[in-house]
Amino acid sequence: MSFFSLISTVIVGVLFFIIYFGLSNFILDLVCKFKSNSVALENSVRAIIFIAPAFLVLFMFILYPVFETVRLSFYDKFGREFVGWNNYLWALNDPNFRRSILNNLGWLLIVPTLSTFFGLVIANLTDKIWWGTIAKSIIFMPMAISFVGAGVIWKFIYDYRGTGDQQIGLLNAIVVSLGMEPQAWLTISIWNNLFLMAIMIWIQTGLALVIFSAALRGIPNETLEAARIDGASEFRIFWSIIIPFLERTILVIWTIITILVLKVFDIIYAMTNGEWQTEVLANLMYDWMFRGGGDSGRGSVLAFCIMIGVIPILVWNLYRHRQEQKNEI
Amino acid sequence: MKFKLNLSSIFSQLLLLFFVILWITPTFGLLISSFRDKDQLAISGWWTSLINTEVSEIHRTKGKNEQSKENEVYFIRGNLFKEDKGKKILSFGVTSKNINAYMVGEKAVLKDKSEIVVFENGDYEWRSENEFKKKKGRRIFITAKSPPSFTLDNYKEVLFEAGLGQAFLNTIAVALPATLIPLIICSFFAYSLTWMNFFGRDILLATIIASLVVPLQMSLIPILTIYNDLGALFNIEAKSFPGIWMAHTGFGLASTTFLLWNFMKSLPNEMLEAAKVDGASHYDTFVRIVIPLSIPAFASIFILQFLWVWNDLLVGLVFLDKHPSEIILTAKLKELLGSYGENWEILTTGAFISMTVPLFIFFSLQRFFIRGLVAGSVKG
Repeated sequence: MSFFSLISTVIVGVLFFIIYFGLSNFILDLVCKFKSNSVALENSVRAIIFIAPAFLVLFMFILYPVFETVRLSFYDKFGREFVGWNNYLWALNDPNFRRSILNNLGWLLIVPTLSTFFGLVIANLTDKIWWGTIAKSIIFMPMAISFVGAGVIWKFIYDYRGTGDQQIGLLNAIVVSLGMEPQAWLTISIWNNLFLMAIMIWIQTGLALVIFSAALRGIPNETLEAARIDGASEFRIFWSIIIPFLERTILVIWTIITILVLKVFDIIYAMTNGEWQTEVLANLMYDWMFRGGGDSGRGSVLAFCIMIGVIPILVWNLYRHRQEQKNEI
Repeated sequence: MKFKLNLSSIFSQLLLLFFVILWITPTFGLLISSFRDKDQLAISGWWTSLINTEVSEIHRTKGKNEQSKENEVYFIRGNLFKEDKGKKILSFGVTSKNINAYMVGEKAVLKDKSEIVVFENGDYEWRSENEFKKKKGRRIFITAKSPPSFTLDNYKEVLFEAGLGQAFLNTIAVALPATLIPLIICSFFAYSLTWMNFFGRDILLATIIASLVVPLQMSLIPILTIYNDLGALFNIEAKSFPGIWMAHTGFGLASTTFLLWNFMKSLPNEMLEAAKVDGASHYDTFVRIVIPLSIPAFASIFILQFLWVWNDLLVGLVFLDKHPSEIILTAKLKELLGSYGENWEILTTGAFISMTVPLFIFFSLQRFFIRGLVAGSVKG
C-alpha cells in the first residue's frame, strides 16, 4: 500500500470513533432540548453511548473468547465434534508439552526472582550515587526495545564459530581468550534455557528498577537516619528496614513479571523456535494454531494452560480490589 | 568510620559501573555493528572495530610496463593500496617466509640487486640498474594499522532494498490507530465507571480488573475464527489493518481503562459537581473538564500502549499477512533472522531501525513512560 493510502486509512479509522462519540452525544442533546422532562432517561442513554463501544470490544475480544477457548479445548481440530478430554490426554502424553511445562516452570522460578533481585539492588545503588540517574536510564533502556530486537542483539552475544576461526560472538570471544573451547550456546540442552532467560532478565530488570526507585523515595528519611545513628550497618538497614518497607512493591513487581513470563513467546520464537529443548507453552500454542491448517482443540488446551497460571493472580487482584473498595466506603 | 564509609561508596560505585557496562554492552555492540563494513562484520567481532587493528595483507607492485627510466636507472613507482582507507604500514617483507623483515622506509635489497622501499602510506619505489623484465609485479607483504571505519551503506541497503522501509510504515499504520482508538473509547468508559451511576457498574469494574491479567493467547483462536468467518461472509480479506487495530484495542482495553479510572478517581469531586449544577451534561463535563485535566495520564498511557503495539510480534503475526504491504517490523525482523542468518549487516541494521522510534520516545518522554509504569504497577 502506498504512503498516502496508509495515512488515509489511519485517519479514517481514528476519526470514526471521534465522530461516533461527537455525533451521538450531539443528537442526544438535540433530542433532549425538545423533551427536557426526563433527565433520568437522558442520563441512561448517555451512559449507554459512553459504555457501548468499550463494552462491545471487551465482550468480543476478551469475555467471549475466554469461554469459547475453554469450549474449543473439548472439541476436535476444526471445533466441530466433541471429543471430551482427548485433547488434554494428548497434551499429557506429548513430550513437547511436558518439556514446555518444565521450561515454563523454570522461567517462572528464575526470571521474576533475578529481575526483582537485580532491580532492587541497582535501585539501592543508584539512590546514593550522583550519576545514578544516568545509570538508571541505561539499565532501563532495554524496556523500550522489542523482544525480537533484543533477540538480534543477543544473537550477537551468543554467536558461535568453529574452533580456530575468529569468534564474532562476545561470549565466545571471552571464552576463547580465557583459553577454553568455544560453545554453540543456544544448542546446549537445558542450559540454553538459561541463556534465553538472560535476555528476559536483561529487559525486565529495568522495570523493577524504576518501580523500586519510586518506592524507595517513600521511605521516611528519619527512619534511616535513626538507624544509622544507632550504628546499624548499610547491609542491616537494607534487610531490616528497606526490604520490609518494599514488601508490597516486591510482590507487585513479581506478579507483573510472572504474568509476562507465562506468556513468553517472541524470544523463543525468534531465537530457537523451541528447538534444542527450549519449547514453551506460548510458542507451542502458536505452532499448533497454524500447523497442518491449525488445530483449534490442541491450541486451546495450551492457551488454557497459560490461563491456569494466571488464575491465582487474578483471584488475588479481585480480592485486593474488594478490600480497597471497602476501605473507601 | 569515615574511611569505612568512603570504601563502601567506592564499592557501590564500582558495582553500579559493572551493572551499567553489563547492561549497555549488548546494545552498544549492535549499534557499532550496524555501521560496520559488511565484509568485516562477518569475520571479526565488533569490538575490534573500535581500535586500530593490525592487519597483514599481500599486495602486488606494478610490472615492467609501468617502469620509467631516469639517468640510466629504472624505476617502478606506485601505491600498494587500491583505495585509501587510512591504513598505515608498519613493516613489510618480500618473501612469505619473513613478512615483516623490513621497517617502513627501510631499503630491501632483492636477489637481483634491485631495491624496494615501502612508505607508511603505501607508496613504494622499486629501483634497479637493469631493465625490469617480468610482466607481473612483485608480491609485497605488509603489516599495517587499520583505523576504525564506519559506513552508512547498510542503512541504505536495508531501508530501500530489503523492504524494511515499507515495514516501518506498516508498523506506524498499525501502532497509531491501535493506540488512539483504545485511548478514545476507554476514556469515555473510564469516565462512566468513575462518575456515572448505573446498574452493574461494580461488576463491570471487577470484570476489567480480572481482564487485566487474562493472557491474550486465550483470545487468539476465537478471534481469528471470527475474522475468517467475517471475511468469508463479506468476501473481504480476513487479515487487515482495521482488524489488527481492533485486536490491539481489545488486548489493551483493560489496562487502559484501569489506568484512566485510577487517575480520574483522584480528580476533585467538587469541580464536577459544580459543572453539573451549572447544567452541563456528562458529555460537556467530559470534554471541557475531564479531558484537559487528564492530559498527563493520556500521555503516559499513550506511550505505554504505543510501545507495546510497536514492539509486539504475536498479534502482528496472527492478524496480518506476511505480504510486504502488511508485514510489520518485528515480523520482518524475525523473517530476516531466519532467512538471512548469515547476512549480519541486514539483521543488525534492521534491528536498529526497529528500535529508533521506541528509543526516541524513551529518551524524550522517559518521565511519562516511567510515570505510566509506576501507576500501572498498581495492577497485578
